[in-house]
Amino acid sequence: MSKILIVAEHAEGKLNGGVAKTVAAAKGVGGEIHVAVFAADAAAVAEQAAKLDGVTKVLAVNNAANANPVAAVLAPQIVEVASGGYTHVFVPGTTFGKDLAPRIAAKLDVQQVSDVMAVHGPNSFDRPIYAGNAITTVETPAGTVVATVRLASFQAVGAGGSASVETVSVGAAVPTHTRYVKLEAQKSERPDLQSAARVVSGGRALGSSENFKVIFDFADKIGAGVGASRAAVDSGYVPNDMQVGQTGKIIAPELYFAVGISGAIQHLAGIKDARTIVAINKDPEAPIFEVADIGLVGDLFQVVPELTGKV
Amino acid sequence: MSVERDVMEYDVVVVGAGPSGLSTACRLKQLAEAAGKELSVCVVEKGSEVGAHILSGAVFEPRALNELFPDWKERGAPLNVPVSGDDIYFFRSETAAFKMPHLFVPKTMHNDGNYIISLANLCRWLGQQAEGMGVEIYPGFAAQTAIIEDGVVKGITVGDMGVNREGEHKPDFTPGMELRAKYTVFAEGCRGHIGKQLIAQYALAQDADPQHYAIGIKEIWTVPESQHKPGLVVHGAGWPLDLTGTSALGGSFLYHFENNQVLVGLIVDLSYTNPHLSPFDEFQRFKHHPVIKQYLDGGTRTSYGARAICKGGFNSLPKSVFPGGMLVGCDLGTMNFAKIKGNHTAMKSGMLAAEAIAEALLAGGEGGDTLDSYPAKFKASWLYDELYRSRNFGPLLHKFGALVGGALNYIEQNWFGGKFPFTVHDLKPDHATLKLASASSKITYPKPDGKLSFDKLSSVFLSSTNHEEDQPVHLTLKDADIPIAKNLPMYDEPAQRYCPAGVYEVVDEGSGPRFQINAQNCVHCKTCDIKDPAQNINWVAPEGGGGPNYANM
Amino acid sequence: MKALVSVKRVVDYNVRIQVKSDGSGVVTDGVKHSMNPFDEIAMEEAVRLKEKGKVTEIVAVTIGGAKNEETLRTALAFGADRAIHVKEEGEVQPLTAAKAFAAVLKKEEAKLFLAGKQAIDDDANQTGQMVAALLDIAQATFASKVEIDGDKATVTREIDAGLETLEVDLPAVITTDLRLNEPRYLKLPDIMKAKKKPIEAVSFADLGVTPAAGLKTTKTVPPPARSKGIMVKTTDELVEALKSKGLL
Ligand SMILES: Cc1cc2nc3c(=O)[nH]c(=O)nc-3n(C[C@H](O)[C@H](O)[C@H](O)COP(=O)(O)OP(=O)(O)OC[C@H]3O[C@@H](n4cnc5c(N)ncnc54)[C@H](O)[C@@H]3O)c2cc1C
Ligand SMILES: Cc1cc2nc3c(=O)[nH]c(=O)nc-3n(C[C@H](O)[C@H](O)[C@H](O)COP(=O)(O)OP(=O)(O)OC[C@H]3O[C@@H](n4cnc5c(N)ncnc54)[C@H](O)[C@@H]3O)c2cc1C
Ligand code: SF4
Repeated sequence: MSKILIVAEHAEGKLNGGVAKTVAAAKGVGGEIHVAVFAADAAAVAEQAAKLDGVTKVLAVNNAANANPVAAVLAPQIVEVASGGYTHVFVPGTTFGKDLAPRIAAKLDVQQVSDVMAVHGPNSFDRPIYAGNAITTVETPAGTVVATVRLASFQAVGAGGSASVETVSVGAAVPTHTRYVKLEAQKSERPDLQSAARVVSGGRALGSSENFKVIFDFADKIGAGVGASRAAVDSGYVPNDMQVGQTGKIIAPELYFAVGISGAIQHLAGIKDARTIVAINKDPEAPIFEVADIGLVGDLFQVVPELTGKV
Repeated sequence: MSVERDVMEYDVVVVGAGPSGLSTACRLKQLAEAAGKELSVCVVEKGSEVGAHILSGAVFEPRALNELFPDWKERGAPLNVPVSGDDIYFFRSETAAFKMPHLFVPKTMHNDGNYIISLANLCRWLGQQAEGMGVEIYPGFAAQTAIIEDGVVKGITVGDMGVNREGEHKPDFTPGMELRAKYTVFAEGCRGHIGKQLIAQYALAQDADPQHYAIGIKEIWTVPESQHKPGLVVHGAGWPLDLTGTSALGGSFLYHFENNQVLVGLIVDLSYTNPHLSPFDEFQRFKHHPVIKQYLDGGTRTSYGARAICKGGFNSLPKSVFPGGMLVGCDLGTMNFAKIKGNHTAMKSGMLAAEAIAEALLAGGEGGDTLDSYPAKFKASWLYDELYRSRNFGPLLHKFGALVGGALNYIEQNWFGGKFPFTVHDLKPDHATLKLASASSKITYPKPDGKLSFDKLSSVFLSSTNHEEDQPVHLTLKDADIPIAKNLPMYDEPAQRYCPAGVYEVVDEGSGPRFQINAQNCVHCKTCDIKDPAQNINWVAPEGGGGPNYANM
Repeated sequence: MKALVSVKRVVDYNVRIQVKSDGSGVVTDGVKHSMNPFDEIAMEEAVRLKEKGKVTEIVAVTIGGAKNEETLRTALAFGADRAIHVKEEGEVQPLTAAKAFAAVLKKEEAKLFLAGKQAIDDDANQTGQMVAALLDIAQATFASKVEIDGDKATVTREIDAGLETLEVDLPAVITTDLRLNEPRYLKLPDIMKAKKKPIEAVSFADLGVTPAAGLKTTKTVPPPARSKGIMVKTTDELVEALKSKGLL
């Protein structure tokens, strides 16, 4: 039976939301699921992890060196824990996990599986290649399976569990060649287009930079980032760095509004991983409706302000 | 703004790594080696790699290749699919077709001994042969202008990199290099943008008929194995174009290539008269004809592209030489339209140019002169004979339509061996053929079904075209007002329809119509440069490496 | 100080990816290849560090078949002083690649290993980290700013939470993110000169590397197409639909 170790990502005493999704992926493998929390003081985070449905045990590893997550420092400790009979080590597919997992895998002398998007069994996974333009099914060779989990592919598990928390001490020597200096959170009034969970984009239909205000107003109301089609950028309504699509930004928000955008394939190339696409367009034949999860036919200048008033 | 440019000198600089340019380069090296001497040869290619901008049918006649590399088989040239059958259809309507009995097919349309190839792959192979002999090939660099000093072509200037849309230098501005040569060979293919300037500057075409063109739009499909007949060649005339009239001529092709691939295309003469006509949409609806559909149904489309074709042939050939340089291949106009084949003729012209150059340079010549030995060799070769025999083919079709013109061509090609005792001329240039929009009937094209037919933008997507966005627009307008002030009222701005890549749009944001140029979409077919009724659009080379990335077109 | 830069030959980012209909992989024959864009950023950074006098020699290294020579030529045109071609036909997975790079790094006694954060073909995002792990040296991934000061580097990393700064002792591995720099245009004269520079060829055996057991790809398919969802008639219905999906 599989025994899976999940490395918890956390910051300021809070468990990262990606861990619950990583647990969901681990549940697909089946077997025992343990979450390891490495921190200066792991108690608070361990408690949160213990609540995740499907987790059977939480390991708390306290060490002053773990005050900030540094891959080179965490890896030897994880390798030591993993040697305790674990068949799998799963890490959320965030920058934290992507930085860390290969360091673990190399130490365990195994190839790593990146961005698991579906689990077929203990040794068989789907993962994207070529920026998601192809999906491969891979089988892992003998040895520990080390993988990062593509969070957009899994629904977080619930928080109704109550696993036991065990404090473990780890003897592995941690290196000093890497020192954490600081973290600057990026602050801006509007969420960054690239990482925003919600994005509202406007197209050529807006007609002018002044008219783009209806987009900004709506976006601000729902806390969304703002994007645009190439046609809107080329016409000078908004700057170049707001372009979404093949030659602009490729984004994967939870919620995407395409307003007055026809839905050309080059635009869609930028949002193929968006979770939910909402289209507002006055042309019922517009190609965007073929891919939208929710479509509304109407004049954006009427619909969008109305919407802003209602949310 | 004057900039300091690096300079490099070669014996010969070739512009364009198509079949003509690469054959020139290979032949030069062969002749130098045979003479035990060195000739330095450099080829520049605007595509991101050799083959990236190459689009052809192609049924390939190996005659020139046999001469250039008699051992091409051993060298692994990609000629893998011999033609196994020849069908010709007259399409009478969107459902009806008449298959021409083999007996009546003009001789020029017979394809025994020919191969179905990807010209892009053949060019990649030719490029390897050339590099193997020491030719330097630089893909990703476009020749922007010819260097002309005292009336002599001295080489070319490569386009600058790192200029923004407004024409200002970006921080990474890199001036294009000067490549100087004793002789410069222009092998840019149909409607070469430097070739066009040289033809004008040296009045090379003053004794020739106007050049005539067509736009060829092509797709590659992977079809179910049961529908694939390797080696089968299917040509057609008629629907959706004219069969009996002359207002929209052209023809279609469908070739069964290797690996379950079918190559399908429509060639529309740019002498069409109705400004509402859209070659792209004609092609999309054409694929629904039962004859075509039977092969494509259930398949997937993997590539899309378009390229103009020079079809004037013999009567439209300009003078090929000028001081310090020459034109070869479709830059000159060597396509044999009776066969719709220009590859072997392009190669042969390049080889003849190479022979003339090698003779001069190996004898100690300094270059810079007008190499009349090239046209002399041309005249003495099979190439001249072949083009001469086909000289009436295009004009007959233009004058009499596909059916009657086709019959006359049958008579000329089969009974007179291509030698009617008279020559038919066609003097109206293609940009002058459009009738006024108000005097032409609107054409409503069916909505694409997403299975056999598609919209323009998803088609362009499959050409893998791209251009760095922040660079000067390479579709230059001599007069920025003409599209809206003249072309729109007179012809409903036909650029919106003849451009196969959706580069030109007329948009109205409430404050009146505006002409939008989406230069990023361009697939370098050159149709706009040819067909604009005001001859107001001048295609120039964008930053090197931009444009389509065709795989095996 | 010597810097080693790994460069990979991948299908060009402009090429539309086609999955083979028999599910055996992606069409790579006859399509344009070029240097992995993140590796170009790594090359550019190395050249800038050299221009600033922090790096004295740049060695580019690639692993792959004969065609990879093109990629090394590109690296030489960028400004690499030397190039090493680890000749290996067939697929090389990250752990094996990392073993080879680690061996080269050791042999060359380079202080800096610069690599792209990921290759745009397999999107693995592993190799740099693995090199660091194998040699027990520091790593700074997703770099958006690199400063070298003596035997230390200060690296700003683009992570989900913002910009993180790490200080690392050299030798170290740095992997590059998009915003680190904008690679320069290659100049034709540099490309011409690069054609003539020698390239050192080595094999896995020369480096003492045995390929690690790899992942086996059993199937490759195109991503599922998005399908048409529901149509709503009014903004009220839209708000309703979003709420029911838990999106508002
Ligand atoms: C190489 C290449 C790269 C490209 N890269 C990108 C890219 O990165 N991003 C990108 O977006 N595009 C890109 N494109 C361009 C793309 O093909 C489309 O041209 C572009 O996306 C169209 O933008 P649009 O939908 O805003 O404009 P249009 O296609 O003009 O659509 C406007 C839409 O607004 C609707 N509309 C008009 N008025 C109203 C109203 N009052 N209320 C509601 N709806 C209204 C219309 O029905 C129409 O559907 C690229 C193209 C190429 C060839
Ligand atoms: C749809 C279609 C079907 C065809 N079918 C057939 C067929 O079945 N059989 C046949 O024999 N022929 C066919 N032809 C014709 C044939 O393809 C051409 O005659 C042939 O390609 C001409 O070769 P070329 O070397 O003159 O030019 P091209 O093949 O056009 O090559 C020119 C090269 O020069 C490059 N270039 C251009 N300008 C510059 C510049 N300024 N700087 C740097 N590089 C530059 C281009 O990128 C290109 O790579 C067909 C053509 C088309 C369009
Ligand atoms: S802009 Fe001109 S050259 Fe470019 S694709 Fe359109 S018609 Fe062809």
